[in-house]
Amino acid sequence: MRLLAPAALGLAFLALPLIGLLVRAPWATLGDRLQDPSVVQSLRLSLVTASTATIASLLVGVPLAWVLARTSFLGRSFLRAFITLPLVLPPVVGGVALFLSLGREGYAGKVIDDWFGITLPFTTAAVVLAQTFVAMPFVVISVEGALRATDSRYDEAAATLGASRWRTFTRVTVPLSLPGIAAGAVLGWARALGEFGATIMFAGNFPGKTQTMPLKVFLALQTDPDAAIVLSLVLLAVSITVLAALRERWLTGAGV
Amino acid sequence: MKPNRVFTVAVVVALPLATASCSSDSSGSDKSTLTVLAASSLTEAFTTLETQYESDHPDIDVVFSFDSSATLAEQVTQGAPADVLATADEDTMKTVTDAGDAAGTPQIFTTNTMVIVTPPDNPAGVTDVSDLANSSVKLSLCDETAPCGSAAKELLTLDHVNATPVSFEPDVKSVLTKVTLGEVDAGIVYASDAHTAGHDVSTVQITNADQVVNSYPIAVLKDAPQPAAAQDWVDLVRSSAGQKVLANDGFGAP
Repeated sequence: MRLLAPAALGLAFLALPLIGLLVRAPWATLGDRLQDPSVVQSLRLSLVTASTATIASLLVGVPLAWVLARTSFLGRSFLRAFITLPLVLPPVVGGVALFLSLGREGYAGKVIDDWFGITLPFTTAAVVLAQTFVAMPFVVISVEGALRATDSRYDEAAATLGASRWRTFTRVTVPLSLPGIAAGAVLGWARALGEFGATIMFAGNFPGKTQTMPLKVFLALQTDPDAAIVLSLVLLAVSITVLAALRERWLTGAGV
Repeated sequence: MKPNRVFTVAVVVALPLATASCSSDSSGSDKSTLTVLAASSLTEAFTTLETQYESDHPDIDVVFSFDSSATLAEQVTQGAPADVLATADEDTMKTVTDAGDAAGTPQIFTTNTMVIVTPPDNPAGVTDVSDLANSSVKLSLCDETAPCGSAAKELLTLDHVNATPVSFEPDVKSVLTKVTLGEVDAGIVYASDAHTAGHDVSTVQITNADQVVNSYPIAVLKDAPQPAAAQDWVDLVRSSAGQKVLANDGFGAP
């Protein structure tokens, strides 16, 4: 019982702002507002980019987490702190940093532009890059935690039985830490879906190309707060549906 | 990239954040605070006037929140405690007066026209507004939800230029940031912003710019904690000294 009171307080604190959205929502015109094709367009773009960013974060983030959890080298704790940097960096600053590195005038972006003729800013790819930049730390940190929690002796047993490092990783390490990977993916996806600052800086805002739901919400807020509330609710409803469905499938599937 | 450009970008990005976040601070222990909400384009002019105001009113600390006019108006109508509101257009101010949140009638204190800015070396060779229709010119405009966006659109229509930007920015400082970073070839901003950016941009005049003039209203707010000090601020801005500072920053006469 001593735990229930603070738990209820925590829940209330999270729920209060959301109730505010529900109370202010223009329910009478909700149907009409959802008919707007630009809403569907932004929502689709958000789902596609956030999912792509999550996959990208997993592809490089899980191996990175493995390096942090299973190897030992000088400066590892520094590396871990470095990886969490995007979490503390204001997203707008992250967007500027992406410009200064991967932008048309950035030190790396200039090379990409000259050699391959690819200009990243203001493209859908730039949205994915901005989202991956902010989402990957969540994946790395959760997966590292999961890897540390699993017994590394299973890895060693596989190795003594002759499995290569790659085979051990794919057949033993990853399946054992699947719940942690799923949790990291969910966190990363949610963070990518809500990404605003780095996106509007690095990818700009163009309907159908880089205008994700958070950008659309922010701009709607300037002229039509009711529309902004409707858009926020749509984003919330879709993310809750997806997260609940995935949790059901992944986490129970992994035996948790 | 030259260091001074990086610095300007950092200031342009950081200043609204810093000033917005410290608006509840009071630096002096026995000073009272005058809170001024102002459109982003007024950042430099108002910050200059702050020095003069505070030397005339040693007991008052002026704190600013610079943001897009629409965001500020929304904050006021939602009850944000502030003394003075200065917006970059009359429509946004009207939402505040309609809600009954302004004391008295807002006064037009300055005007602003639109110009094209490019990176200093003008990589796309923009010399006229008609060049913006060229699809190889990466253009950044304000979104139509911001006054700078509707003004730019009106002007482009007036000049029969059909331009497709790569991005619709939420406010004019974001357009400027993208130009000073060299990530777009051109942007349409207020003359005052081009003036403030100085050598970080090249400026190209727009045909018929004098047909699309943004008027800036200023008002003391109804629930101002410091109504007298707020009126003093409005008077300073409208005084010849205030007008001189605004003119120095590229603004026009009211």
